[in-house]
Amino acid sequence: MTAQRTTPAPKLEPAQDRVMTPLQAGPAAEPFVAGRAGRAARYGAAPSRATARVILVITSVLFLLPIVAMGIFTFRANGGGYTVGHYLDLFNPALEYNYDVLFQGIQNSLILCLITAAIILLLMVPTIVLIEMRYPRLRRIMEFICLVPITIPTIVLVVGLAPTYSVVARFVGSDAWTLAFAIGVIALPYAYRPVAVNIAGVDMRTLTEAARSLGAGYLSIMWRIILPNLRRGIIAAAFITITVVLGEFTIATFLGRTTFQTGLLQVESGDPYVAVIFALLALLFGFVILLIIGRVGSIRPKNKD
Amino acid sequence: MTSLAQSRGAGVTPRRRGARIGVGWIGVVPFGVYALLFLAIPAVLAVASGFFTQNGTFTLANFDTFADPTTQKDIIGSIGLSAVTAIAGAIAGAIICYALLPMRADGLVRTVVDAASSVFAQFGGVMLAFAFIATMGNTGLLGLIINGLFGDNTYTSPLYTVPGLVPVYLFFQIPLMVLTFMPAMEALKPAWGEAVATLGGTRLTYWWRVGIPVLAPAFFGCAILLFANSFSSFATAAALISQGGLISLDIFRASTSETVIGHANEAGSLALAMVVVMIVLMTAYGALQRRAAKWANR
Repeated sequence: MTAQRTTPAPKLEPAQDRVMTPLQAGPAAEPFVAGRAGRAARYGAAPSRATARVILVITSVLFLLPIVAMGIFTFRANGGGYTVGHYLDLFNPALEYNYDVLFQGIQNSLILCLITAAIILLLMVPTIVLIEMRYPRLRRIMEFICLVPITIPTIVLVVGLAPTYSVVARFVGSDAWTLAFAIGVIALPYAYRPVAVNIAGVDMRTLTEAARSLGAGYLSIMWRIILPNLRRGIIAAAFITITVVLGEFTIATFLGRTTFQTGLLQVESGDPYVAVIFALLALLFGFVILLIIGRVGSIRPKNKD
Repeated sequence: MTSLAQSRGAGVTPRRRGARIGVGWIGVVPFGVYALLFLAIPAVLAVASGFFTQNGTFTLANFDTFADPTTQKDIIGSIGLSAVTAIAGAIAGAIICYALLPMRADGLVRTVVDAASSVFAQFGGVMLAFAFIATMGNTGLLGLIINGLFGDNTYTSPLYTVPGLVPVYLFFQIPLMVLTFMPAMEALKPAWGEAVATLGGTRLTYWWRVGIPVLAPAFFGCAILLFANSFSSFATAAALISQGGLISLDIFRASTSETVIGHANEAGSLALAMVVVMIVLMTAYGALQRRAAKWANR
C-alpha cells in the first residue's frame, strides 16, 4: 500500500487546457485500474467490469439505432417493401441531373479540404513553430487566437463574414473555394490542439540548438528535425481539418455556396434516399478518419515524463 | 490586431544572433493578417452591425426586435432546449465516463468511443438530422413499427418542432460531455480510493465524500459548455425545422431576408445578444475549470 502511494500519479495537463478542445487528439492519460483489484477488495472510482459493460452496451445500442435506421431507410422502396434500387439510381444517367447539386457540392468540398488543409499546414503550423522557437512571448496570444473561434458561435461569425466576403469577391471572385478562408478559422481550435500538444512533448529548443551546433542550416533543421518530430500533431491537424470542412454547413448556407452539406440538404427534399446514403457514407468516413487520429494520437511520445 | 502590434514589438528585441533579427517577425505576419481579416473583422462587424441601419447610420432600432413576442419566444425556446439537453446530456455523459473508467485508455473500447464521440459531437449536423428523420420522421423506422402495431397513421412525428429536437441534440450533447468530462474523471487519484478504504469507508463514502466534491466543478463546467454548444448550434435545427423557433434560426432568417426592408441588421443585434450570453457562459466555465484544475495538478 505504502509503496503504491509513493508512486507518482500519472501527470495530467491542466484541466482547462485539455477541456477546451472537444476533440481529443493528444496523448491519452494513463489507464485507471484501481477497481480491478478483485471482487471483495474493490475501492475507488471505477465500477466493476460487469457494470461498465452493461452501461456501455445500452449506450452503444441507443447510439447505433439511428445509424441502423439510416441503413434500413436506404433499402426502403417508395411503395413499401425493400429494394436496392436507390443505390442503382446513383449510377443511372437518366437521374443524374437530380444529383448534380450533390456531386457539385462534393467536388467543392474536396477542393475546400485541400485549400483549408493548406491554410492550416502552411500558415498555422509554421507560425506555431516559429513562435515556439523564436518568440515564446507570443505563445499566449497565438493560443488565444486559435481557441477563440470555439467561443464565438459560427452563426455569429457568419453575420460578419457576409460583408467581408462581398469585399473578398472583388479580389478573388466568389467561387466556392473562397469559403476555405472562413472554414480555416472554424478549424483553428481543432487543428491547433494536437500540434500544441505535440510541441509540448518535444524539447524543440534543445533539439534545434543541438542541430545548429552540429552545423545544420535553417532548412535542414526544419526538414530533418522539426517536421519529423511534429509528424503526429501535423497529421492529426490535417485529418481534423478535413472532418471540419466536410461537416461544415452554417457558413456555406449563409453565403449561399454549394458544399457537400448544403448539397445533401437540397437533394434530401427531392430524393431523401440518396441523401441518406451519402450521409451514412460520410458518417462512416468521418468515423474512420477520427479512429485513425485516435490511433495516431495514442502512441505516447517517449520523452514525456 | 494585438497580434500584429505584439509581433512587431517582439521582432525588435535583441536576440543572440544578430543576423536573424528583422527577418523572423515577418513569418508571424501572414497568420496575423489572416486572423485579422477572417476572425477579428467578421466578429466585430457581426456585433457592430446591430447598431447601424443598412445605409450605415447609427441606430438602436434593431434592438426593437427584442420587444417582438416571436423573438422573445424563440430566445426562451433556445434557452429551454439548451438547458434540458445540457442537464440530460451532462448526466448521461458522466455515467458513460464512469463506465469507461475500467477500460484501458489506449485500448480498443476507448479509441472507438473517442472516435464515435467526435463524429457525433462535431461532424454530425445535417447528417445527424437525417439519421433522426430515418428513425423518428414521418416515414421513419419508429413510425413504421408503430403504424404496423396500431394501424396506419397512428404515428405523427414529433421531430419537426423545438421539443422534438431534444433527442436529436442529445446525440451530440452526450458525446461532447464524454469528450470533455473524461479527463476530469481520469484525474481521480487511485490513492484517494485507497485512503478511503484504509480508513474503513465504503464506495458510497468514497463517492459522497471524495468523488462527487472533487468532480462537481468539472461537471458543472462541462454542463455549461454543453449549454453553450446547444445554444449556438444551427445546422441540425436548420435541417429539421423551417419555420423558426430558435434564436440561431432567427439570425439566419433576418440576415437572408434582405427583401424585407430594414430587417437584415436585426441579425446583428441578435448576434450581439448571443455573444453576451456566450461571454457569461464562458466566464462561468473558465471559473469552474480553474476550480476543477485544483485537484488535477496534485
